[in-house]
Amino acid sequence: MTTSRRTTLGLGAALAALALLAPVLPKWALFLVVVSLAKGLAALGLLVLMRTGLVSFGQGLYFAAGAYAAGLARDALHLGDGVLMVLAGGLTAALVAALLGLLLARYRAIFFAMLSLAFSMILYGLLVKTPALGSTDGFNVSAKSFFGLSPASGVGRYGIYGIAALSAFGAAVGVDRYLGSHLGRLAPAVRDNELRVEYMGASVRNVVHLNLVLAGALAGLGGAVTALAVGHIDPEMAYWTTSGEFVFVAILSGTASVAAPFAGALLLELLRSFAYEHAPNTWQLVMGASMLAVILFLPAGLWSVFARKRRAAR
Amino acid sequence: MSAILEAEGLTKAFGAVTAARDVNVSIDEDTVVGLIGGNGAGKTTFLNLVTGYQKPTHGTIRFFGRDITGMPPRRITRLGICRSFQIPQVFDSLTAYENLLVGLGIVVMGRKAFVGSHLGGGTPEEAADEMLERFHLARYRDELASVLPEGVRKLLDIAMALAVKPRILLLDEPTSGVSADEKFALMDLVLGAIRADKVTVLFVEHDMDIVRRYTQRILAFYDGKVIADGESASVLSNPEVRRLVVGEAAPEEEGLHAPG
Repeated sequence: MTTSRRTTLGLGAALAALALLAPVLPKWALFLVVVSLAKGLAALGLLVLMRTGLVSFGQGLYFAAGAYAAGLARDALHLGDGVLMVLAGGLTAALVAALLGLLLARYRAIFFAMLSLAFSMILYGLLVKTPALGSTDGFNVSAKSFFGLSPASGVGRYGIYGIAALSAFGAAVGVDRYLGSHLGRLAPAVRDNELRVEYMGASVRNVVHLNLVLAGALAGLGGAVTALAVGHIDPEMAYWTTSGEFVFVAILSGTASVAAPFAGALLLELLRSFAYEHAPNTWQLVMGASMLAVILFLPAGLWSVFARKRRAAR
Repeated sequence: MSAILEAEGLTKAFGAVTAARDVNVSIDEDTVVGLIGGNGAGKTTFLNLVTGYQKPTHGTIRFFGRDITGMPPRRITRLGICRSFQIPQVFDSLTAYENLLVGLGIVVMGRKAFVGSHLGGGTPEEAADEMLERFHLARYRDELASVLPEGVRKLLDIAMALAVKPRILLLDEPTSGVSADEKFALMDLVLGAIRADKVTVLFVEHDMDIVRRYTQRILAFYDGKVIADGESASVLSNPEVRRLVVGEAAPEEEGLHAPG
């Protein structure tokens, strides 16, 4: 069995598990899963960038762009279905990434990281200063329907849960296929040796640009899902701490598998919830210590535990 | 025989240093040509100019009569001029097989952009395995390039250049870093693999025994100029070449090479 087909089957099993769990999960757990999947989407985008050799400290920009686009899709364009709102979020973020990529694709390493951070802070500043979008308060977002069905009160969260699960599944399968394709294989090639990629006849800048758009679209989907789940959006989504959290998840997870960012995001949310409950004043300390532990003992991320086991079994 | 590659008045200056002075060369199709010369004589600069890594200060380069001066390496590669590197330029985090698949994948994706390229009906995956066989690399197929011995990386580098189906292949010191008693076996393997496709070969070499045995024609460089150009035996017996190139030909590293 090819690794790609095994991954697809594994992801399908995860999707089925999410569907089976839905009726038994308490409300807070449903919310936690949705938020984890949304952050996992943004971290999956970072995985694509990290495979290309780039770390962006500005994915909050696309996350916020997706969230605001989802809100505006309903308010301005009357696209009130949750599915359409999420698609609008992903598409808008992809367009923003396509535009900014014209400049970003020329930079590497710390210059790329800082420029992406700068762009996200510009968006933050713009949102804060735009009264039409609610300035620092943002505005409320809700979907009129899910998959064309009008939700009875209290059932809407299952609609959001379904959209989050399907988006995450679709994105993970899509990214896995992409990374295994001829085009996707150019990502690690660019990371390893840009000169040689050019000497094999491909444009390094186009490869980087494409992966920027892909990462932007994924963060946009995540932002739109978050907007629906939380029911509110504000400029904090573009703030650098949001971007930092995605990098946190991406490093915690590692780049070994497309499932890793979702597992990492879920672990982060669980860890934060419990740390917050049991150590309300020092929960950041718990988070920092766990990050340190991962970097020291699992430098390739949490997923490397599975990879090691598989290698040992061979 | 028609000219595959022509350089006319090719000059490249780096500030006060002139690495190529009025180089005029015409390479015939389906030949093996050696580039000789001491360190800093301009051999690698010539390769860098032809492949578009550096732009000439003056002069033109033509490929099958088409002006390619100033084109970037990826366009020149697509037209059918490929190169290998003195220091192997491979993708360290990929396996040997995947390294070949990168180039073959680019060929398949850009079929229209590559001139006259096709994989002979096979898939890129089959072509990658075929190329590994041809270079006797099959047993390293699934090893990461980063852990391969230097000699194997060297072969992989050349196989990668050949994989994208060039019409002419430029090899920068294929035998550097290889022990003297292995050089002939290596050249037999490499040229056998390349010439199976009737690809024209230009290679930089310091070992005169290798040059004498494998080339039909030699270009001798000195101080950025081509001081002799002709049939191998006559160039090697040219008094000026004997004095300026052969006499001091040391198997050292060339000063100007593509960055690694």
